[in-house]
Amino acid sequence: MVPKGGWGIEMGPASPHRARRTAPSAAGSREPAERGAIDVSELEKKRSSAPALGGWDYAPAPESREVVSLRERYGLFVGGEFVSPRSEAWYSTISPATEEPLAEVAEAGVEDVGAAVASARTAFENGWSEISPAERAKYLFRIARILQERSRELAVLESLNGGKPIKESRDVDLPLAAAHFFYYAGWADKLEYAFPNRRPRPLGVAGQIIPWNFPLLMLAWKIAPALAAGNTVVLKPAETTPLTALLFCDLVRQAELPPGVVNVVTGDGRTGAALVQSDVDKIAFTGSTEVGKAIQRELAGTGKHLTLELGGKAANIVFDDAALDQAVEGIVNGIYFNQGHVCCAGSRLLVQESIAEPLVEKLKRRLGTLRVGDPLDKNTDVGAINSRPQLEKIRELVAAGEAEGAEIYQPPCRLPERGYWFAPTVFTNVAQSYRIAQEEIFGPVLSVLTFRTPEEAVEKANNTPYGLSAGVWTEKGSRILWMAQRLRAGVVWANTFNRFDPASPFGGYKESGFGREGGLHGLEPYLSFDGAEPFGG
Amino acid sequence: MPERLPVRKTYKLFIGGEFPRSESGRTYLARGQNVARASRKDLRDAVRAARAAFGKWSGATAYNRGQVLYRIAEMMESRRGELAATCGGEAEVSAAVDRMVWYAGWADKLAQALGSANPVAGPYFNFTIPEPTGVVGILAPEEPALDGLVARIAPAIVGGNTVVAVAPEAQPLAAIELAEALATSDVPGGVVNILTGQKEELAPWLASHMDINAIDLAGAGGLAAELERAAAENVKRVVRGGGGGGGQSLWEISAFLELKTVWHPIGA
Repeated sequence: MVPKGGWGIEMGPASPHRARRTAPSAAGSREPAERGAIDVSELEKKRSSAPALGGWDYAPAPESREVVSLRERYGLFVGGEFVSPRSEAWYSTISPATEEPLAEVAEAGVEDVGAAVASARTAFENGWSEISPAERAKYLFRIARILQERSRELAVLESLNGGKPIKESRDVDLPLAAAHFFYYAGWADKLEYAFPNRRPRPLGVAGQIIPWNFPLLMLAWKIAPALAAGNTVVLKPAETTPLTALLFCDLVRQAELPPGVVNVVTGDGRTGAALVQSDVDKIAFTGSTEVGKAIQRELAGTGKHLTLELGGKAANIVFDDAALDQAVEGIVNGIYFNQGHVCCAGSRLLVQESIAEPLVEKLKRRLGTLRVGDPLDKNTDVGAINSRPQLEKIRELVAAGEAEGAEIYQPPCRLPERGYWFAPTVFTNVAQSYRIAQEEIFGPVLSVLTFRTPEEAVEKANNTPYGLSAGVWTEKGSRILWMAQRLRAGVVWANTFNRFDPASPFGGYKESGFGREGGLHGLEPYLSFDGAEPFGG
Repeated sequence: MPERLPVRKTYKLFIGGEFPRSESGRTYLARGQNVARASRKDLRDAVRAARAAFGKWSGATAYNRGQVLYRIAEMMESRRGELAATCGGEAEVSAAVDRMVWYAGWADKLAQALGSANPVAGPYFNFTIPEPTGVVGILAPEEPALDGLVARIAPAIVGGNTVVAVAPEAQPLAAIELAEALATSDVPGGVVNILTGQKEELAPWLASHMDINAIDLAGAGGLAAELERAAAENVKRVVRGGGGGGGQSLWEISAFLELKTVWHPIGA
């Protein structure tokens, strides 16, 4: 037990105004007018023929914010301490659901990043790489345990700062983050078994840049294997979602991890660029393909190790013999999970022509039951869009889809007035050439295309520069394996979608990046070996 | 006047299983021979041939690919004389043949050595298997002329990739001799394509080609950084550790492989 108010986080009074200010999620909420709900008549017009189930009235079920207390300001976490940035620059991080400022966060400059890398270097050279692997493992087990113990606090903060439904941060992000540390903890003293005859050795300092869609989970995906392999890290969280990473620093201190083994520098893309250009031995990046390419260019000729986990435009393929109700659940989970802010989201639905009509009808009905709104409401299915720029990007692509001739459907739902929101959206009559079928939208927007034969499904599914994931729905086993063989994607979900596990390698083909995270394969990018190195090695 | 005039060989490119001259009509002099000087257009044709061959080659059974690689070794052995005359000699030929045999034996072991069944925390069957990356661009090291090229091609094709290789510029004859061995093996046309010509001219196009998935910079020399930059345009896998004919390991193969993970629910 740790005393209340310990761990360097002040347990201040909760903000009681939160629940009052936030509109409940579902259609038919009690006082829509008073809450300034937007006019949904435009959306109603586009309801097509699918009947909304309607009439359901969900009572608000808000998760308490009291478990989280934030400081006014967070410095950079360097050498085991929060320090003020030499840049003297700060920015405000907000809740995308309410636009309410949550805390001030440091904007790390080149000098700050340099200091963090130096701290990581010192920690690597003075002990961390020498410490017995069994002890290293125990530190990671400790972190896993503390993550479990403080999971509620972290889940609430994740939803607050990122806009994702509490249901997801509580049931997906946090359990997986803890499991990831637990999994890699066990590898720390077993590397010789993972890579026999190769004399695995840590690389040194890893610079890690993560996105805003799964802030803490991506942190776990990055830090756990890096530390297990014996490296030290400098992590840059996404500009819009720094808070769980900063709270994680507190867990790092609780675990008594030696100072400098984990450093966190916050800021925008300039901070990320400074980290890429700094004296690190490896860069691990998860984010957009565009930035990934820029990083690969930047590192050209430097000999630094690199792994990239980039964008996707996954096909979710439904055959006429699929279990349709299960498929509909899988489609919904595939694209509306985390507001579609998922690199492996099933954003292109490929339906066999003979069942396209009934499937789309079922899908539209199901959309009518999705509850969009307050991320901290335990009933919410679809939360807030992460930021205004992201919302604008989604709007732009959706407008392009309409302009190009696709047919839009959005279920009736009231979106709160403040904050960033986008209704779950389905496009039908989509041609392969449309931007909504080609570009990663990274929002709750599904494009429906059809196919006739398995060959055509494969052809369409692979017709993208990306290759991160794919889904297949059919009751025929041989067809699943036939499809899985031909889909050029790093993860294939058959009769399921968006499943993740620390033991399961994840990563892309083609322009979705290279290197794997998760599983034994996820250790390799953090090690050097005798003999030939893998790519980027 | 000799009693009989020997018939000389014309050294040409190897694209799609055929031996065309450069479409540019250009040649250059190497080791006393006129050798085709491939153009950017020839390179594009080679990539197209490699892409066309990818589906069948990557879809062949591992056992079949192993047999084809072994057959290459057989054909190389039977051309020892010609090969030795165009490279460092008999010892190099022996090393190259043995290397090909070594890689041939890997074809049907990769999935077991590199794949896994993953114990996920839920009712799912989950496995990971290696798959070829796609079309691989290779800049062969200048030395050794034959074994250096074999050391880069063999690990790429054994995993199911297809290859566009740029031969050593100053010593291209061994590469063409090898191409003739390949043409008489059971290697489907387009699986290996070999270009001769000027590295500085061809390498930037190889690195920036949008339908090449990985590039091997073994022979890139001072061009490496520039080529790596160009390779980022389509997120190519860049292999920079290999080459020199030294490395022979499973990791030379895995550098040209992707890992695919498949999930399926378990239920009654």
